[in-house]
Amino acid sequence: MPSPIFWFFALVMLFGATAVVLLPNPVACAMSMVASFVGLAGLFIGLNAYFAGIIQILVYTGAIMVLFVFIIMLLDLNTEKKRMPKMTPMFAGLGIVIAFTIQLIGVISATPGKQLPALDLPASAKNFDASTQIAKNLSSNTLPDVHLIGQSLFTEYNLPLQILGALLLVATVGVVVLSKKQIH
Amino acid sequence: MFTLANLPTAGLSQYLLVAGLLFAIGLTGVVLRRNIIIVFMCLELMLSAANLTLIAFSRFNLDAKGLPDVHGQMLVFFVITVAAAEVAVGLAIIVALYRSRQTIYTDELTTLKG
Repeated sequence: MPSPIFWFFALVMLFGATAVVLLPNPVACAMSMVASFVGLAGLFIGLNAYFAGIIQILVYTGAIMVLFVFIIMLLDLNTEKKRMPKMTPMFAGLGIVIAFTIQLIGVISATPGKQLPALDLPASAKNFDASTQIAKNLSSNTLPDVHLIGQSLFTEYNLPLQILGALLLVATVGVVVLSKKQIH
Repeated sequence: MFTLANLPTAGLSQYLLVAGLLFAIGLTGVVLRRNIIIVFMCLELMLSAANLTLIAFSRFNLDAKGLPDVHGQMLVFFVITVAAAEVAVGLAIIVALYRSRQTIYTDELTTLKG
């Protein structure tokens, strides 16, 4: 039996993505992209990745898409004029995409499927010190997703995190430099 | 008793199929659209498809403690952060491009054409 919640969010995501490709108006594209990302966040939450689902909504639909809509407003874009695209690149591009999709379906239908393994949270609480918040949450049968990610982020992934901070700083400075008016 | 937890769950191959379709849709947009902002949005869709496979593999392959593998979710965190930086820089480049060429349609940007 197909699972209704999975297919609901998957279809929201895929229809939103299709609308991004097909709609001529850039603002409508941005809005359907928001719908697509909300569906994706629903799939993340269905996979017990609560933190990833929340940052998908906050960062992507909250920040990045607002930035896109803001730029569309600044550039004052109108609906794209209907113009026949060049046939050769169009068919070549579509051919690549269709070949990719056929190959994907072939590979996935040939690989043995794997069912969702059940989470036994009270049993995995034994791996943590009983006084920690992670162990307390696991014993009360809730997944402390943010605690687990935070612990990993600030111990194992500390150096990549700091590099990421430097990257964000460089990006900020780069954006300021790029958007300044050039003075000759 | 009917609860959300009793509903049937999807298997790994269904998640991978949906992620692959999302990637293919994004690729179609990158190839077919002329508006460079929408090309950029479709690139974000392709990144998100990769994120979905990472999260699916992290949930379907539990680690030694019986919890979802946190390393996959860390990679998703890093991908989302780098994508945010990329969008900021990319949109600034698009604005600079519009300032100098007054167009954002890819078929009108032919400065490098010989």
